[in-house]
Amino acid sequence: MKLIVNGEALEAKAATLDALLKELDYEGGWLATALNGDVVPAAKRPEFQLSEGDRIEILSPMQGG
Amino acid sequence: MFDLFGTKLASRLLLGTAQYPSPAVLAEAVKASGTSVVTASLRREMAGGRGGEQFWSLIRSLGVRVLPNTAGCHSVKEAVTTAKMAREVFGTSWIKLEVIGNHDTLQPDVFGLVEAARILCEDGFDVFPYTTDDLVVAERLLGAGCKVLMPWCAPIGSALGPVNMMALRSMRGHFPDVPLIVDAGLGRPSHAATVMELGFDAVLLNTAIAKAADPVGMARAFSKAVDAGREAFCSGLLEPRDVAVPSTPTIGRAVFS
Repeated sequence: MKLIVNGEALEAKAATLDALLKELDYEGGWLATALNGDVVPAAKRPEFQLSEGDRIEILSPMQGG
Repeated sequence: MFDLFGTKLASRLLLGTAQYPSPAVLAEAVKASGTSVVTASLRREMAGGRGGEQFWSLIRSLGVRVLPNTAGCHSVKEAVTTAKMAREVFGTSWIKLEVIGNHDTLQPDVFGLVEAARILCEDGFDVFPYTTDDLVVAERLLGAGCKVLMPWCAPIGSALGPVNMMALRSMRGHFPDVPLIVDAGLGRPSHAATVMELGFDAVLLNTAIAKAADPVGMARAFSKAVDAGREAFCSGLLEPRDVAVPSTPTIGRAVFS
């Protein structure tokens, strides 16, 4: 299905957010995710079903002021 | 010691982690500053990327508390979502809340700030709102549940120092029991000393240290300035006078004519 991940359009096979992270080679406890503007905690990713056109943000710690 | 949300902090200098020449210099500057709290952010991670992991490992190795921010957020929704994501990743309820209202001045959208602060305080966050020096906004933020205020003294990254001393004095006077941290606009150690002399509880800065020719040396300089300003405030400063007053006793002076 077509998804928007971190602002980029892509085609993915994954049905859940957890599976999408694995498919795109994301791993680690330092990642935070949001789906269509709402936070999805790590523990909820396996049960979060993706739909065509979903917007996903995958963030990690970065320098900040 | 300085108390923030029940946490005793040894330093009254809070330090940003952006714009340093290298991670090694950042680490040295953090140590040289003696800070107990550093700020951090969340940004998009590339597929397969490990940038976030490396930065996070570095910060954890420094033994300081992390104050995540919502920098770059321009709406209540963005700020609230970012705060919730930061809580999960950084494992803290502390959040430096920024809702930016203007691209050029980076001044806070104080209306959105109050709204976001209320949502986050009700959700159990310890909110550090980046705000202006406006007293009414400050009162609204306290009413929304904030226990700390972080007024700017000049626009972010401007290095102008305190541009409105009257407003800062007024803020300190109106909220004697609220921890007040000057955030943004400090350019020199003397600026930090000045606001600490006014009785502000702490300062938060980034660019003035990170972009110095020698960030580690500047971190030490700011640390000393913050301590000096605090000690001066606690020691009772002499008020300015319009007339000269001799410091040497006039009694007993010799008369030669």
